[in-house]
Amino acid sequence: MPVNANRTIPVADALSRFSRSWKSAALALAVGSIMLIVLPRVLDDFALVQATVYAVMAILALSLGFVWGFGGILCFGQSAFFGLGAYTYAIAVTNMGDSTVPFMLAIVLPAAFAAVLGYLIFYGRLSDVYMGVITLTVTLILFNLVNSTAGPEWKIGSAALGGFNGIPNIAPLNTPGNIDDVISPRGLFELSLAALLGVYFLLRVLLAFKMGRVIVASKENEQRLLLLGYDSRVYKLLTFVLGAAIAGLSGCLFANWGAFTSPTVFGLAQSAQIIIWVIVGGPGTLVGPVIGCVAIQWLTTQIGTQQTINSNLVLGAILVVFVLMVPKGIVPSLGELGMKLVGAARRTRRSADDTRNVAQDDTHSASREEAA
Amino acid sequence: MDLAAIILIQVLYAIASLVVISSGLAVIFGMMKVINLAHGEFMMLGAYAAIEAIRFGVNLWVAILVVAPLVVALIGVVLERVFIRRLYGRMIDTMLATWGLSLLLIGVVTSIAGNTTAGISAPLGNFAIGGYSVSSYTLVIIAVAVVLGVALRWVLLHTSLGLIARGTMQNPQMADALGIAPGRVYSATFAIGAALSGLAGALLAPMTGVVPTMGGAFIAKAFITVIGGGPAIVAGLVSSSMLFGAINQVATFASTPVLGEVALLVGAIVMLRLLPRGITGRFFKGAL
Amino acid sequence: MTQPLLETRKLNVRFGGVHATRDIDFTLAEAELRCVIGPNGAGKSTFFKLLTGQVKPTSGEILFRGKDITAMQPHEPARLGIGIKTQVPSLFNGLSVWDNVWLAARRVNTPMQTERVTREVLERVGLLSHRDAITGLLAHGERQWVELAVVIAADPPLILLDEPAAGMSDAEVARTADLILEINRRHALVVVEHDMSFIRRIAKKVTVLHQGAIIREDTPERIMSDPFIQQIYLGKKPH
Repeated sequence: MPVNANRTIPVADALSRFSRSWKSAALALAVGSIMLIVLPRVLDDFALVQATVYAVMAILALSLGFVWGFGGILCFGQSAFFGLGAYTYAIAVTNMGDSTVPFMLAIVLPAAFAAVLGYLIFYGRLSDVYMGVITLTVTLILFNLVNSTAGPEWKIGSAALGGFNGIPNIAPLNTPGNIDDVISPRGLFELSLAALLGVYFLLRVLLAFKMGRVIVASKENEQRLLLLGYDSRVYKLLTFVLGAAIAGLSGCLFANWGAFTSPTVFGLAQSAQIIIWVIVGGPGTLVGPVIGCVAIQWLTTQIGTQQTINSNLVLGAILVVFVLMVPKGIVPSLGELGMKLVGAARRTRRSADDTRNVAQDDTHSASREEAA
Repeated sequence: MDLAAIILIQVLYAIASLVVISSGLAVIFGMMKVINLAHGEFMMLGAYAAIEAIRFGVNLWVAILVVAPLVVALIGVVLERVFIRRLYGRMIDTMLATWGLSLLLIGVVTSIAGNTTAGISAPLGNFAIGGYSVSSYTLVIIAVAVVLGVALRWVLLHTSLGLIARGTMQNPQMADALGIAPGRVYSATFAIGAALSGLAGALLAPMTGVVPTMGGAFIAKAFITVIGGGPAIVAGLVSSSMLFGAINQVATFASTPVLGEVALLVGAIVMLRLLPRGITGRFFKGAL
Repeated sequence: MTQPLLETRKLNVRFGGVHATRDIDFTLAEAELRCVIGPNGAGKSTFFKLLTGQVKPTSGEILFRGKDITAMQPHEPARLGIGIKTQVPSLFNGLSVWDNVWLAARRVNTPMQTERVTREVLERVGLLSHRDAITGLLAHGERQWVELAVVIAADPPLILLDEPAAGMSDAEVARTADLILEINRRHALVVVEHDMSFIRRIAKKVTVLHQGAIIREDTPERIMSDPFIQQIYLGKKPH
C-alpha cells in the first residue's frame, strides 16, 4: 500500500494532541495548585477578594467553554443558570440557616431546569439558531421575572426576592453542621480556586473518556455520530445539564463573594460576557475560556474605573473583532503561532537534508510504479 | 360589550406590534438568512433618530415615518458593507458578530445620549369606548401594521425589485449571470430590513420609553415571531404574529405582562416542537 | 426458507412533487453482496437514506431480520446493525483517523476491546501508519478507506457502501474491490457503484434502479448486455 511516510505533521494536529494529552492537564493543575498554596500567603485579604471573583467567573467560563467549545451547543443564556445558582443559594440559605443544603441546591436546581429546557430543545431536534434564540429568551424572561419582584409580597419562605434591588446580606457558607463557623475571605478564595481546579480536572477526565469523545464528535459531525448508533440527544442533554450545574456552582460562589445578588446576574450583558470570554480565549480548549475570562474581567474593571469609554462599546468591539479576525481565540492562535515558529526552524534544517534525499526518492518511486 | 371591544383592540394591538417589530427581521432573516441580533438596536436607533428630528423641529409624523427609517437604512448599508458581508453563510458567526454590534451600538448611543429615558408623548390623545379610555395611537399602529403587510407582499410579488430580490436570494450565481450584482441586492435588502426596524422603533417610541437598552425587550419577541413564521416572509410574519400576539395578550390579561412574555416563549417552544419549520413550513405552503 | 436480512415492501417516498422511491420491494440475504446501479437521480442514495433512517418513507415497510425499522429514530438502525459509507465521505474531519474508528468501535466494545479492534480494523484497511493523521487533511481515496474502516469497526451485519471507489486510482479501486470481497465473508453488503468492471469483480447479482423503481435484477453479464439498460445510461458503453 503506497504510503507517504515523509508527511510532516500539521500544526493543528500536534497542538491538539498536546492539549488533549495528560501533560497539558498536569501542567495546568500544577500551576493552579501552586497558586492555591502561594497566593493566600502573599496577598492580603483585599487582594484575595479581588482574586476570588476571577476564580468564580473562570468557573462560569469553563461551563460555557465545555458546553459550547466542546459540545457545540450554542447557549446564549448560560447566565440563566448562573443566576439561578446565585438566587437559589440566597433564598435557601436565608430560609435554612445552615448552608450545606443551599450549596447543593444551587448546583442541582439549575441542572434540573437545564434538564427540562434541554429536553425540549434536543429531543425536538431544534437547530442551532433556535437553540441560541430560545436560550437568549429564557435568560431575558428570568431577568424580567425577577426584576419585577420588588414588592414585599414577593418572597419565597422568609426570603424577599427584592426585584431590581436584589437580595442583600446573604449569609456566607459555613462548615457543614456548624452555623457559626463561617468562611473567611481567604477561605472563600481557596474554595473557589479549588473548585475551579476540580471542575477543570473533572472536565479533562470526561473529555478523555467515551462520553467526552462522543460529545466532541457530536460537534464535529452529528450525522455521522447518529449513523454509528449513538443517540446524540442524550449526550447533548447531559452536556447541557453538566454545564448548567457548573454555572450554578459559580453563581453560588458569586453570591457568597458579594454577599449580594441582583437580577443583573440574569442579564444580557452577563450572557454576552460569558460568550466573549470563550470566544476570546478559544473555544475547543478549557484553558482558553479561563484566560479569556481573566483578561476581559481585568479589562472591564479598568474601564469601569474611568468614565470616558463605555464598557459595552469596548466589549462589543472586542466581540466583533474576534469573530471577524481571530475566530479561533487567543490560546489556539498563540499556540499555532508558536508551533509555526518551531516548524519553520525545523524546516530550514530539513530542507538541507531533503536536497540530498530527492535523488534517492526518485529512483524509489520509479520502481514502485513499475511494480504496480 | 365595551369590554369585548377593548380586549379586541388590545389583541389587535399586540398582533400589530409584533408585525411591526418583526417585519425588518423577517426581511433580513427571511430573505438573507442573516441572524441579526442587533435588530433591537436598529429599532433603538430609529427611536433616537425620531426624537432628535423632533427636537430639530421636524413634524412628528415625518420624523417617525420618514426620518427614522431613512437614518437606520443608511446605517444598515454601512454595517452590511463593512461587517455583515464578510459573514454570509456563517450563521453562528453572524449571530455572534451582530451581538457584538448590538453591544457596540448600545455603548455608542449611551456615550452620546446618556442613560436616562427620553420619550415622545403619544399623539392624537385618547378616545372612549363605554367607560374605558383607549389611546388613539394604538389604532395608528394597527393601521401601519396592515399597510406594512400589504406593501411588503406587493413589493415582493409585483415589483421588479421584489422579483430580483427573491431570485438573488434563491440563486445568487444565476442572478450574477443575468447581470444583477448580488452584492447590491444584499445591501438593498439589508437596508430595507434596517429601515423597517428603524420605523418600528420610532413608531413604538411613544408607547415605550426610549433608552439605549430598549432593544433587549424586542429582540426575543421578534425572533420568535420570525422563526415561528417559517419560510414564507409575509404569510409567516402575519400568521405568526397572530398566533403569538394572541397568546401574549390573553396571558397578560389573565395575569401579568411578564407572565405574558413567559406564555409567548412557552408557546414558541411548543409550536416549534410541533412544527419545526415554522407555521408556513407546513401550512400556506407556496405563499409568499 | 430462511428469513432475509433485509426486506423492503412497497417502499415509497415523495419529496414535494418528486416521487423519489417507487414501490421498492428489495430483499437481501445474510452475507449476500448486491450491487445497485442506476443513472443519476435514480434514487440510489435516497434508498440508502431510507434504510438508515435518515429519511422517512411516505409508505411501505423496511424489515431488518424480520423487525420493522421503518419508523425508528435516526440512530437506531445503526444500533441494530446497519452501517453506511455515504456518497460524500461523512467523517469526524477534525479528529484523527484513530479516533474516528475508535468511536465506531467503542459503542459495541469495552474500552480494552476497543483498542484492539481499532488497531485490527486499521491494519485491515492498511491505514495503521496514518492513525494520528487528521482525517480532514487526508487525500480523498484515503478518506474513503477511513470511512470503510469506521463502518466495519462496529461489525454490523449489513453494510451499505455508496460509491466506495469514486475518485480512486485504478490501483486503489482494485484494492477496494479486494477489501469488499474480504468483508463479504462475514457481512452482507449493498454497494452502489457506476464502474461496471468494478461491479463485475465483486457482484453476482445486480439491482437496477431507474426513476426510483427497480427495473431489473440479474447477473452483471445479463444486465450489461440488456439494450434498454444501456440506453437509460445514455450511451454508456459496458466494458
